[in-house]
Amino acid sequence: MTNETLLSVKNLAITFSTSKGPVHAVRGVSFDLGRERLGIVGESGSGKSQTGRAILGLTAANGKITADQMQFHDLDLRNLSKRDWRKVRGARISMIMQDPKYSLNPVMTIGDQIIEAYREHHKVNATEAKRGALDMLAAVKIRDPERVFNSYPHEVSGGMGQRVMIAMMLIPDPEILIADEPTSALDVTVQLQVMAILDDLVRERGMALVFISHDLHLVSSFCDRVLVMYQGHVVEEIRASELDQAKHPYTQGLLNCLPKMDGNHAELPVLTREASWAEA
Amino acid sequence: MFAVTRKASDGRKRARLFSRTGASLVRIVFSLLITFIGLLLVTFLIGRVLPIDPVLAAVGDHASEQVYQRVKEEMGLNLPLWQQFFVYISNVVQGDFGTSVLTSNPVLEDIKRVFPATLELATLATIIGVFLGVPAGVFAAINKGKWPDHIVRIIGLAGYSMPIFWLGLMGLLVFYLKLDWVAGPGRLDAFYVDFIEPTTGLMLVDTLIEGDMDLFWNAVSHIILPASILAYFSLAYIARMTRSFMLEQLSQEYILTARVKGISETRIIWRHALGNVMVPLVTVIALSYANLLEGSVLTEIIFAWPGLGLYITNSLLNADMNAVLGGTVVVGAVFIGVNMLSDVLYRLLDPRARR
Repeated sequence: MTNETLLSVKNLAITFSTSKGPVHAVRGVSFDLGRERLGIVGESGSGKSQTGRAILGLTAANGKITADQMQFHDLDLRNLSKRDWRKVRGARISMIMQDPKYSLNPVMTIGDQIIEAYREHHKVNATEAKRGALDMLAAVKIRDPERVFNSYPHEVSGGMGQRVMIAMMLIPDPEILIADEPTSALDVTVQLQVMAILDDLVRERGMALVFISHDLHLVSSFCDRVLVMYQGHVVEEIRASELDQAKHPYTQGLLNCLPKMDGNHAELPVLTREASWAEA
Repeated sequence: MFAVTRKASDGRKRARLFSRTGASLVRIVFSLLITFIGLLLVTFLIGRVLPIDPVLAAVGDHASEQVYQRVKEEMGLNLPLWQQFFVYISNVVQGDFGTSVLTSNPVLEDIKRVFPATLELATLATIIGVFLGVPAGVFAAINKGKWPDHIVRIIGLAGYSMPIFWLGLMGLLVFYLKLDWVAGPGRLDAFYVDFIEPTTGLMLVDTLIEGDMDLFWNAVSHIILPASILAYFSLAYIARMTRSFMLEQLSQEYILTARVKGISETRIIWRHALGNVMVPLVTVIALSYANLLEGSVLTEIIFAWPGLGLYITNSLLNADMNAVLGGTVVVGAVFIGVNMLSDVLYRLLDPRARR
């Protein structure tokens, strides 16, 4: 793993204009991403998903992005044309969505959807595309790729659907993969399988992974570094291995309110919040 | 050994598939039968309940009591109601709707003559409505709240609110009388009418079968105005529904997935979103088609179009109950048929509906 920086974000802010006035979803977020696995943790509404979407230029139309810097290699992501964005999305930065039940097109076969992602960015003929898709399905450990290739999304299970999602997003060979709660919609037993497959492929291909989750344990076991977000701010940045030495009271609170196997707590402590954290 | 078991399981699978298809076929036929009997019962009862005396219509005001009674017996109207219904059903099953008082032809003959005219008009109108309405709806949806959306909305609203007879008359006035772009009322110029042998009854098809391009273009210039005016109404409806289905689909997660993949916006809209919009839209289109197949009375009157709507209305005004009932049964049968067609299309478009 090298220290070469792929993506550099400085002072990112995302504001949504709503009928009830502006909502500041993300405020002053900065981070550098190398070929590593970065976790972003936080409660719902902490701005972690919006941070991921902003990197892909897919913030909703009523959202406004400002940043001092959003540099991806030699590209300034702050003012990319629609055409240029399409060359980045899928091909160089990609994203795995939360629930395969909703994130796969219900009326297209799985094969067609994977091939579509492949052929959008690679000049291959139909036979090569199909072979590539089948290989990719095998790579995400699907036992009968041919059958899944010809299936529709509703015909496969959630875990299978998420493997299809991984195959589809990895087939154009991106450099950065954002995984937005990739296992939250899955059964606990399937979660680890899917994470292991994702982890293997990311290492194999030397990609950078941005793993967005509310699950501290999952993040700490699959990531090198963790950003903890609270109300649009990054309150703490810490190595995953040193999570138990977290300094910020919010991170400590998040850790403390998780049940432990040797559970001596009669009652889990309630997470306390202080207004000052949101201003830091 | 592996191959053998595989084959056996394949065979079983196929057998199961066949029995399932067979069972669903039986179910479809059964439900069709029930619907059709219900339809016959309702039309029959309505026909008997109406304060119209078919005997009087047949014999006229000046017939003697004796003649009146004889004709009543001949028509089977002296029998109890349930017996009349069974006689009616057994006749209908044999394709006998009785004889029209007005035209003195068997009703079935009359309908065979007038229905193709309506079918042709309705089909062309629906084709125009779909090919303009769907893109208009999509266009409005992707420009939601901007001027293209407002324009489509205004055109649609005008389509809803303008009375069709006025629109038809204005159309004739402008495009036929003033501009002379289209031909006038009727299906063909009077001069041509005897030239054509009705094979299918569809003028556009018959003229093509005979290979007479002059006649074909004449038929086109006659049908295009009434078809466009009918199309305007279904267009307004189809565009409106397409817009709202499209907006719903564009907010779905799989659209975001497609954007993440770097797919072009054109492909996202026309392949991904429209593929899903077509599923509910098929029902909307089928219903508006079925409505047109009923025959649009006003349009048919204004354009002297010898269709089903005109036929039923004329029969009704002349107390020609056989013709009215026959026509109503045909309309009902058309509705059932179109509904079945949309069911089949639904299954083709939505893999989740294939069971």
